[in-house]
Amino acid sequence: MPDSVGLEAKIRVLIAKPGLDGHDRGAKVIARALRDAGMEVIYTGLRQTPEQIAEAALQEDVQVVGLSSLSGAHRHLFPRVVELLREKGMGDVLVLGGGVIPEKDITSLKEAGITEVFTPGTPTGAVVEFIRRRLSGGGA
Amino acid sequence: MYDKEKLASLAKQKEAWETGPAAKTLARFPEQRKEYSTASGIPVPRSATPLDAPELDYARDLGFPGEYPFTRGVQPTMYRGRAWTMRQYAGFGDAEESNRRYKYLLQQGQTGLSVAFDLPTQIGYDSDHPMAYGEVGRVGVAISSLEDMETLFAGIPLNKVSTSMTINAPAAVLLAMYIAVAEKQGVDVKALDGTIQNDILKEYAARGTYIFPPRQSMRLITDIFAYCAGELPNWNSISISGYHMREAGCTAAQEVAFTLANAIAYVQAGRDAGLDVDSFGPRLAFFFNSHMDFFEEVAKFRAARRLWARLMKERFGARNPRSWMLRFHTQTAGSTLTAQQPENNVVRVALQALAAVLGGTQSLHTNSRDEALALPSEDSVRIALRTQQIVAYESGVADSVDPLAGSYLVEYLTSQIEAKAREYIEKIDAMGGAVAAIERGFIQNEIQDSAYRYQKEIEDGRRTVVGVNRFQTETQVPFDLLEVDPAVEARQRARLTELRLRRDSAQTSAALAALKDTAAGGGNVMPAILRAVRAYATLGEIIDVLRGVFGEYRSAVAF
Repeated sequence: MPDSVGLEAKIRVLIAKPGLDGHDRGAKVIARALRDAGMEVIYTGLRQTPEQIAEAALQEDVQVVGLSSLSGAHRHLFPRVVELLREKGMGDVLVLGGGVIPEKDITSLKEAGITEVFTPGTPTGAVVEFIRRRLSGGGA
Repeated sequence: MYDKEKLASLAKQKEAWETGPAAKTLARFPEQRKEYSTASGIPVPRSATPLDAPELDYARDLGFPGEYPFTRGVQPTMYRGRAWTMRQYAGFGDAEESNRRYKYLLQQGQTGLSVAFDLPTQIGYDSDHPMAYGEVGRVGVAISSLEDMETLFAGIPLNKVSTSMTINAPAAVLLAMYIAVAEKQGVDVKALDGTIQNDILKEYAARGTYIFPPRQSMRLITDIFAYCAGELPNWNSISISGYHMREAGCTAAQEVAFTLANAIAYVQAGRDAGLDVDSFGPRLAFFFNSHMDFFEEVAKFRAARRLWARLMKERFGARNPRSWMLRFHTQTAGSTLTAQQPENNVVRVALQALAAVLGGTQSLHTNSRDEALALPSEDSVRIALRTQQIVAYESGVADSVDPLAGSYLVEYLTSQIEAKAREYIEKIDAMGGAVAAIERGFIQNEIQDSAYRYQKEIEDGRRTVVGVNRFQTETQVPFDLLEVDPAVEARQRARLTELRLRRDSAQTSAALAALKDTAAGGGNVMPAILRAVRAYATLGEIIDVLRGVFGEYRSAVAF
């Protein structure tokens, strides 16, 4: 008999560090907070290419991909991940971004298919809530 | 230092005060928090007295400035002789752009250079490597060959400045490039003054720009120690850094503990390689963070100095007083800066700078107000530099050496941090030292746990961050942000292609082959790297040779 936790499938999330940036305090804090909120979290570790991230998302069958970069490479790397996910037929995966990302880049990232960008100072609870709401069919 | 009888009588008086006037006030006006403690979890007394550091012995634990155990500072006159070196970490785009920023900073009264390299450079990739995509010139300047390095220092005589380079895994290569530029400028290499970070252990623990496995990296580091001891007498061959572990989330006490545990590993490695501790001990430099908890930070710097002096003298038997001295650079805490109401960051930085100065730093980088948003703009960097100039020349805090010595609170915190750090170091020793502790993920886990706790404290309101969880307002960023020219990557690629065609490829290949032999054979790699650099082998080519011999490190991904 499945227990009550088993009845409701856990939300599966991939937290990834694209590019060469080594600042992973935020990525790890978010990973832990999502896990504490009951989600299944996989963290890729550092220095992942967009190709590796999209492949991991496919293998792990995740509903959410969280990308973190503090090096300024987000403009190149985040849209590339979205593109590759779409190529793999995973266009419905929720792609979130975080890091040192200037306001003016957020618009273009959203146009490229990143659903939401969380900047420094965001409480982890806000990210948890956002994911739950989006995956239950609610709007942003 | 205190008379036992007087302490006993003081204890009675204190009890009377606590049960009398203090209790009366508390009954009517409770304190805002149930418990007060520092960021490291050290209890903060309501009002400190000699009872909080009863064992303190002036001669044994403090001494005079410039004397063992250097609690009060490494020089007798400190800032009365010369202010600390104002050294802003800078670099972005290509060498030409960064060269312009350096000249600007020197004109503005900065007294030393600090080179930020981009991530491909820090991880040993040329700008045209596929892994470099999107990262060229972003967080620092792109340097792929000696030619880039020549441009970076064009018009800056290397015998007139001291230069700190934040470079770790490929430190040997960038140091060789710096030496080669000096040779081309006609400067006496023996006179070169500066620092390479060269601290690989904290890269595994927190910062992430490792290339080779730990044991092979340690060999590169001891090669550099040996080379510098002979050839570059004024060069700091390593800057053992707590900064990044603190940024990654550890506490003040952990910062001291992990930094000194790493330092112990380097000293041990040097000795195991047959070097006399006093041949390289005086050239070890340190790098700390200056965070928000003001008195704990001041105490941290003092505790680190005292503990290092004791370790070098007692544990390693160093005899040269310069080996006992913990000389350090400080940077204010980037992770405390907020994207919300970013002007407020100027005030945070001023407080952190003040703590660093009261803690006796040798050099200081003050962060810019916009660092939670982008790379700092020229205006923001100027305000950051002016902040330290105001501390140095207007506030008067630099006029008396170690002015907080004798503060019951600061002496108490200093002793507490030293004790906590010692406990950690013993634990790490029991694991087989810092390399083993990092290999099994101990230091990483400690840092992550502290980071998570800190975040939770902000979220449940136990820790206030103005503008983030209290006193919020909706505001726009009131100033312009820096944008890195996106054409940098293409320009760098073109430059490299052209260099590879132009250079004497027979010489380059011969130098790289010789390097491979030396690396595999166990000789000192520095002269071979210098030869390759002079032959315009690129950074990526040199590091690839070493990757072939040493292998690459893959980190675990626990969180």
